[in-house]
Amino acid sequence: MSSKHTLSVLVENKPGVLARIAGLFSRRGFNIDSLAVGPTEHPEVSRMTIVVNVEDSPLEQVTKQLNKLVEVIKIVELDGPGSVNRELLLVKVRADAATRGAVLDAVQLFRAKVVDVSPEAVTVQAVGNADKLADLLRVLEPFGIRELVQSGMVAIGRGSRSISERAQRPVAVPAPVSALKSPASATAG
Amino acid sequence: MSEQSGQVTGAQSLVTSLEAAGVTDIFGIPGGAILPAYDPLMDSTRIRHILVRHEQGAGHAAQGYAAATGRVGVCMATSGPGATNLVTPLADAHMDSVPLVAVTGQVGAAMIGTDAFQEADIRGITMPITKHNFLVTDPADIPSTIAEAFHIASTGRPGPVLVDVAKSALQAQTTFAWPDELHLPGYRPVTTPHAKQIKEAVRLIREAKRPVLYVGGGVIRARASRELAQLAALTGIPVVTTLMARGAFPDSHPQHLGMPGMHGTVAAVAGLQKSDLIISLGARFDDRVTGNLDSFAPNALVIHADIDPAEIGKNRHADVPIVGDCKEVIAQLVAVLQAEGADGDYESWVAFLSGVKQTYPLGYDAPADGSLAPQYVIERLGAIAGPEAIYASGVGQHQMWAAHFVGYENPNTWINSGGLGTMGFSVPAAMGAKVGMPDTTVWAIDGDGCFQMTNQELATCAINDIPIKVAIINNESLGMVRQWQTLFYNERYSNTDLHSKRIPDFVKLADAYGCVGLACESPDEVDATIEKAMSIDDQPVVVDFRVHRDAMVWPMVAAGTSNDEIKYARDLAPQFDEDDI
Repeated sequence: MSSKHTLSVLVENKPGVLARIAGLFSRRGFNIDSLAVGPTEHPEVSRMTIVVNVEDSPLEQVTKQLNKLVEVIKIVELDGPGSVNRELLLVKVRADAATRGAVLDAVQLFRAKVVDVSPEAVTVQAVGNADKLADLLRVLEPFGIRELVQSGMVAIGRGSRSISERAQRPVAVPAPVSALKSPASATAG
Repeated sequence: MSEQSGQVTGAQSLVTSLEAAGVTDIFGIPGGAILPAYDPLMDSTRIRHILVRHEQGAGHAAQGYAAATGRVGVCMATSGPGATNLVTPLADAHMDSVPLVAVTGQVGAAMIGTDAFQEADIRGITMPITKHNFLVTDPADIPSTIAEAFHIASTGRPGPVLVDVAKSALQAQTTFAWPDELHLPGYRPVTTPHAKQIKEAVRLIREAKRPVLYVGGGVIRARASRELAQLAALTGIPVVTTLMARGAFPDSHPQHLGMPGMHGTVAAVAGLQKSDLIISLGARFDDRVTGNLDSFAPNALVIHADIDPAEIGKNRHADVPIVGDCKEVIAQLVAVLQAEGADGDYESWVAFLSGVKQTYPLGYDAPADGSLAPQYVIERLGAIAGPEAIYASGVGQHQMWAAHFVGYENPNTWINSGGLGTMGFSVPAAMGAKVGMPDTTVWAIDGDGCFQMTNQELATCAINDIPIKVAIINNESLGMVRQWQTLFYNERYSNTDLHSKRIPDFVKLADAYGCVGLACESPDEVDATIEKAMSIDDQPVVVDFRVHRDAMVWPMVAAGTSNDEIKYARDLAPQFDEDDI
């Protein structure tokens, strides 16, 4: 029995961080379902949204191993109901004069958008959670999908609290004995 | 306390940064990309650079230095092959939590990614085997990067940090400014344990009937031997010390059951296996200790204290997890036990284990043909060189015998490659230990296979006045592999015969390297040979102990089987009466 977990990972915006994180997943034997990375409200911090398909106890291990990476600042697991999850889909669908109307109906129904048109095809942009995008694709499939590209999922917690608050803290030299805790160690300690 | 000065080269900034970090010794080899750094290094009065013969030797020497002194070991190499030769020592230091900083040259920033001469992506290569690593292309980043590297290597769970510096950054002009603070927002090791967890641990300790202190290398790294001695004295709980923790608790102490694991003593294996409470201090439930995990210590609750939260619960569920530095954790356990009363009743358990220890002591049979037993050589070496000496071993049978038969009384006197199991570790590690502890006798206990992997560093030792002593336990084979072939492969000895009693001539080889070469073949020459070696302290000494090749390491738990299946000797399983506990 395994299940999907969404991890929001705040990392230092430095070269090589993505390789470090991807490498950690692969060498510890965890598969990444999807990974999206981009800037945050702090220029020095990037945010990754990683979806993994693991049981609870390996999830704890991968979270702890991620926390050991020096450039990882904070990890929060986002649960489905408490967060907003979105993926972006661009899909090129066969649509000529005869079928274009039906394709556009489907696009409208899913509150998607046509972003490019040619005589033989339209390119559709859709934003939503994974289920909604899968449903849209099922509807578009009969017309003929010529090309498809999909982003990893990004997610954010609901409510007013920010996960990046108190993320940046300098360490004095020589370093004092620090009692600050990372989220994983707080559960263990 | 930041120092400011005028314009310097990146290379000068690097050397000044290393000085500011407190470095006094570096092991390394120059080459194209790191060459600019070697020029100002020549003028440094604070740093002694020891020119080794192979970068792997530099890395293991830095490890030996760090393990003996507790300070950060430093090695230096050039780009490409220089850097890739450090891969094995970095992986070794990563497994055994050795504080290490490796500085490597990289091709000029503009050349990176062009497959330039001697270019290798050493930062990418070492990502999985370092605690952290850096690539510096801006000379202004050199001081802060070096400061961060030493901080990361030496704090929390120690480990290796690699700093790769582009040649262009070494050559460029910059200003040197030692940072006032480090910018490491994601690095916050927890050293102080949670009081609630300590209280809960104390409750379990007081209620237990069959507790055991399972002591790992974390106690050595945390310098927590004194606190451990207090905890042991206060509670009377039996102690086992893992391969990485030999010396953390005196071997002569009556509560000490010895080393647990695949080649552990019967008492130490039984002590864990039959316990009702394992108090794990800086240990990680390695497969070599637990054997088959599902049947390991089936009736034990676990208190697991470690500075690395990821170790807790990784292999074995922890009933009481404690994140913290072993020194603080043990001190707090002692304090709370003193306040609440260390009144656990372990009498029948201690009596049972004493019985096991008496019935199944460490031992070996002298070869029937009167030839030399390897265990006897190591036993005599330990007795004559004594517990104040430092012993660095390679990997294999001689390592297990050295772990068992030397007799350790002090921490940081046993140095070996535990996690990675790197053959060839011993000679360069002993060299590094001797540089760090010049007034201490340092013995490399090595196998004839291991010795042939890294013995080029004897030249480094002879030229740089690093008088280590090397005991080659020469059974003319890859002994541990041969032992497995004897036990599990029908005595088919595929590619384990090294013919090392014929080629090379170790005495001549020692002589060629400017060392004193001695040979010893019979039991009655052993003491005199060791004493002769001990009497020479102005030159390295190499002793070829030509031992019986069929000696095997016992006790043994076959790989993947349960610790209940331990064999005291071939086809001899110990008998316990469970009712005695």
